Parts: sequence; C-alpha cells; structure tokens
Amino acid sequence: MTDAATAVPAVRHNTVEAGLKARHAKERRFVLYGRLAIIVALSFLAVLLGRIVLQGYSTFIDYRVSVPVFIDPARVDPADVSGANFDVLVAQSVMKQLAVPDDDLGQNLDKVMALMSNDLGFQLLQQVKADPHLIGRTITVKGPLKADAALYFKGQIRRDSDQDTRKLDDIQLSWLDKLKATGAVTSGFNTAFFTHSDSTEPEQAGVLGAVVGSLLTLMLTAAFAVPVGVMAAVYLEEFAPKNRWTDVIEVNINNLAAVPSIIYGLLGLAVFINWLGVPRSSPLLGALVLALMALPTVIIATRSALKAVPPSIREAALAIGASRTQTVLHHVLPLAMPGVMTGSILSLAHALGETAPLLMIGMIAFVPGVPASITEAATVLPVQVFIWENASERAFHERTAAAIIVLLVFMILMNLAAILVRRRFERRW
Amino acid sequence: MNLRNTYNSGNSMPSDQLEAAIQPAAASEALGGAPVKIAARDVNVFYGEKQALFDVALDVGAQAVTALIGPSGCGKSTFLRCINRMNDTIPGCRVLGRIEIDGADVNDRGLDPVLLRARVGMVFQKPNPFPKSIFENVAYGLRIHGLANKSEVGDIVEASLKRAGLWAEVSDRLHASGSSLSGGQQQRLVIARAIAVNPEVILMDEPCSALDPIATARIEELIDELRTQYCIVIVTHSMAQAARVSQRTAFFHMGKLVEAGRTDEMFTNPRDSRTQDYITGRFG
Repeated sequence: MTDAATAVPAVRHNTVEAGLKARHAKERRFVLYGRLAIIVALSFLAVLLGRIVLQGYSTFIDYRVSVPVFIDPARVDPADVSGANFDVLVAQSVMKQLAVPDDDLGQNLDKVMALMSNDLGFQLLQQVKADPHLIGRTITVKGPLKADAALYFKGQIRRDSDQDTRKLDDIQLSWLDKLKATGAVTSGFNTAFFTHSDSTEPEQAGVLGAVVGSLLTLMLTAAFAVPVGVMAAVYLEEFAPKNRWTDVIEVNINNLAAVPSIIYGLLGLAVFINWLGVPRSSPLLGALVLALMALPTVIIATRSALKAVPPSIREAALAIGASRTQTVLHHVLPLAMPGVMTGSILSLAHALGETAPLLMIGMIAFVPGVPASITEAATVLPVQVFIWENASERAFHERTAAAIIVLLVFMILMNLAAILVRRRFERRW
Repeated sequence: MNLRNTYNSGNSMPSDQLEAAIQPAAASEALGGAPVKIAARDVNVFYGEKQALFDVALDVGAQAVTALIGPSGCGKSTFLRCINRMNDTIPGCRVLGRIEIDGADVNDRGLDPVLLRARVGMVFQKPNPFPKSIFENVAYGLRIHGLANKSEVGDIVEASLKRAGLWAEVSDRLHASGSSLSGGQQQRLVIARAIAVNPEVILMDEPCSALDPIATARIEELIDELRTQYCIVIVTHSMAQAARVSQRTAFFHMGKLVEAGRTDEMFTNPRDSRTQDYITGRFG
C-alpha cells in the first residue's frame, strides 16, 4: 500500500462537510414529523376523553328530594296496600309543601308527578307493606328526582330557552327552585348508578348488572381461551413437526385474528345457540363467542413469547436428560409466562370492549337485574352503552358517557395489570 | 433389550444393568490397548440435502480427553452432537451409521434419548445455567431422573460443586441466581450440573470460547481432574488448548475425519498434509 492510496484528498473532505448541513436538517425534519404525529394522536385522544368526561361526569351527581308523606287511612286500605296509588300521595305531599293548589283537571298534580321519580312511591309501598301500622302516620321518604328535573339542576335544561322546546315548563322550574331553596332537594354522589341495574327510568338506571355481566363473561372467556390458546401455542411451537400442515394451521390462525368480530357472533348463533342449545344472551354464551375471538390473539402472543426464550435453555434441559415435556413445563413455559400473561390480559381487555358479536347472540335484551348464574340473561358494559345511546330520553345520554367511563376504567385497570405482571415476572438470562 | 423399562423400574443408575448386558469394553489397537468407550462407524449426517459428515469412523477411549479440532464448519460439533443425539432436536437432520457406547448403539430405536443423555452429559459453548438458583441448577438432573431422595440431594449438589471447583466461591450463596455468576463460574456451574447425575461421558462444545484466559485455565485444570473418572470429548478451536488438555486428537476437515491419534504425536508429527497445514496455521 502506498501513501497516495490511503490519504483522502482534501477536496473530498470539503464535499463531506458541505453535505453535513443538509443531513442535519433532514434529521431535524424527521424528528419534527415524529413529534407532530404524536401531538395529533394525543389531541385526538384528549378530545375523545374530554368529550366523554364532560358528557358523563354529571351522572355521578344526583339530586334527591325528601318528602314527608301522610299515609291517609282513607286512601290506603290495609287489606290491599298494593292497590293504593302512592305516586299520587307523594305528589300531593309535595304540592302541600309547595302550597300549590289542586285544580279540577289535576294538571298541577300531573306536573308535580312529572318531577318525582316513581322510586319514592315504590319506597312507600314497600315500607307500608312491611309494616301496616304506618297507615295514619307521616313518613319521610327520600329518593331521586325524575331525570328531567335533575337535568334542570345540572344546567342541561335552561330557563331562558323557549318553554315549548323543553320538557318542563316555567311553573315546574319555579317549583324546583322553591324545593331547592327550602332544602327539600339535596345533591350528592350518585351511588345508585353503581348499585342499580338497567331501568326504563333514567334516574333509576345503573351499571351494576352490566358490570357483573361483564365480569362473569370475562372470567369465563379467560377460562376458555387461555388454557386452550396456551396449549395450542405450546404444541405448535415446541412439539409439532414443521411441515405443510402446520404451515396451513399457522396461516389460518393468523387469518382468524383478522376476521371481523361480528362473524364470530354469527358462528356463535349457528353453533352455540341453534346446534348446542346454549341459553341465548347468557354470560356463558357470550364467553364462548368472545373466547373464540380471543383465541388467535392468545395463540400468537404465546407463540412469540415461547420463541423469545433462548434456545440455549432448551438445549441445557434436553442435554441433562429432561424429556421434551419437562423442558417445556420446567423451563420454557415459566420463562415465557410474562409474555403469555400480558398477551392474554390484553386480548381479554379487547374482548371486554367487544360489542358486535354479542349483538348477534341476543345480548342486547333489556335486563333489569343482576345475572344470578352464567346461564341467565345478562348484559355487558359495551352493550349497555349501545342500548343507552339508542334510548330516546335525554338523561340516558349522560349515562351512556358515564358507562363508557366505567368501561374505560376497567380497561385501564386491565392494561395496568398487564404492565405489573410483566414487571413482576420479567427475568433476565 | 428394553433399556427404557430397565431404567424406569430401578432407582439405581441404569449403567449398572447396561454394562452387565453388553459385551465388555473392547481394547482397541488404534488406542494403543486402552479400553474403547465410544466407537463410531460409517457416520454420515445430513442437514436436509446438505451432507455434513462423511463416513466418520472414530474410537474414543475411556478415562481420557479426546479433542476434536478443525476449521469452522468442518463437522466436529455435528459429530459431538451425534453422541448424545442432540441432533434429534434439529429439524431435517438425519444421522446414519453406528455410534456405540460400550457396545450399545445410541441410535437404537429402543433407546430413549432421555436415558442416553442421563449417561452422556454436555457442556455448551455459551454458559447456559437455568434462570434458577445455583442449588436448583445442580439438583435439576437429580430431581428429574429421581436419582436422589431429599436428604441426598444436598450432599450430591455439594460434592458436584466441589468437583467442579466452584464450592468455595458459592457455598454461602447457593440460593442466588445461577445467572448472577461470572461467565467462568457459570461454565463451572454447568459442568457441576452435568456431573451431578454421574454420567459416563461428558461432551464439551468449545467450552472456553466465551471465557477470558484466567477462566479458561481454570476450566482446563478442571477437565484434567475430571478425566480420571469420565470419558471426555471436547471440541475446540484452540490448538493450544487441544495440546494442553487432550490425550488424543481427531482432526476434521470438510466433514471428513482426516486423522486421529495421540495428541503429542499429531502435533509433532502429523501424517496428513492437511493436518500439518492446519496445526501450523496455514489455513483455518
């Protein structure tokens, strides 16, 4: 080698230097694009969450009225307590409190009844039924205002709007103001939203049934999808011969992960309901369908977790004389466990938010109670959101947003669990 | 003979029954009268269509270190992995020919690879302790083979670590993770794991190539001590190492066994010109 060949001519140094500026500028632009992309993504997220929170937070405040009601012996027959109209009794007591005279047509009575939830009358009925001695006495009942009345206090019905365009007229609004001023109406945290199930009356509707339904469905989905998915993945990754059949299976699993979820609903309808006779709209049925949907994701996540275990660990175990099953159970699977768990939890979180396949299997029914078993009709959170969103009463719209908030909290908790599991069990080798 | 049943029914080492059943170790002329432990004949290995070993025939003596040397890709590791059938785990790999340990063919259909690998331990290039405690690493083989009851396990673990020269360094932290040790310590831990089940043969696939010179010297010392009890086959890239630790050397080239003989003779007076070229550093 000669010196002439090793030395770079000075001219070329200058060429490199001249290009440097352009290179740095390019790099800065590239970083800028990345930042812009993140800003766009975050702002969409902020708008979405902001809208939901703004629309839904008012659900967590409720307005309750307490009314002293005289149980008139002339109106309530001890022999037939259920025959008495307690809603009218409540309304008349409120009218007395407000000093509103009754008119011949009963218009004022109707207007007051439109402000009071029938939960008040229902409470009275229960109390008097339990203890008929209450007849002739005055009981103070406390219960929610009707949803429209609550919307006025929440500022969603405005006095300055045209009377004909709102559900409550000026007189009703002034009564509400008076009740508030006298302290008969108080506001507080809406516990009923978490202790009640769905109802036709917005002020009495809650998410308990949907939460319990979702939890039952989720647990069953995990019980079906995780063992089957992990076993399938372990077999494919560790035991199956690599041939044309396993290639076909692998391609099909990857395809199944991309199948639209509503197709799984159709499959569930045909196979589980029509053929196997699983009770429709039950958590069991929902879980079977969602497990089918989650299965490909669990398999793919488990396989990639198994692939990430270094082959040296398998060799070490085999070389000491462990059988293939022992190698997998003692070494490979424990090391893959964080990945398996994270993948499973994330696919379950996905299943938790799934609506479309459940609509196909009849989980859209109005279910006013908490499901007592896995074969009883139930609803789940995303379907509850769907049902309320379609309701005509305006007060259901804030409940829709509130149910979404509950669903999102569940999702965040599950994702958090996935992160914690990963942190806790992550090992180095 | 059903080796599997013999092994499963007894709780002592299977070798007792094995040795009684097969012919006594033949003395090989090639080994200068020393007993033969492993005899390979007509070994051909294919990876799919590609042939990796051609008609290899080699006798390996008992209680001696045999070094397999040769340039990269010459088939020495492939041959080593035939002895404990680790090639079974590679898809598309076919092994033809006979490899006998004490006269019994390792490729016999009736022989469970699990039993074979309990008799033939292996140490790999990269230290691969299990991500478990030091104690559990050594005890693992005993546990899966059911070779020791609970009270014996501790003693055997201690004895194995002592023989591997690691006891003094780890006796106070047996429950620390095996991967917390240094590379050289990990390799000795892996050797302790292999000898805990009391194998007859130990295969070593470039055991020092990931270690520094001091750790290498330590392992080489250990190999020399272990030779009195085990038949050791070691693959190495380092000619100096082969010269230091082995009594016999086999030189592989392009999938063929070129030459095998006493190490001192081979390094001073190779018969084949390719061996000469390799050990003098002309290629490889």
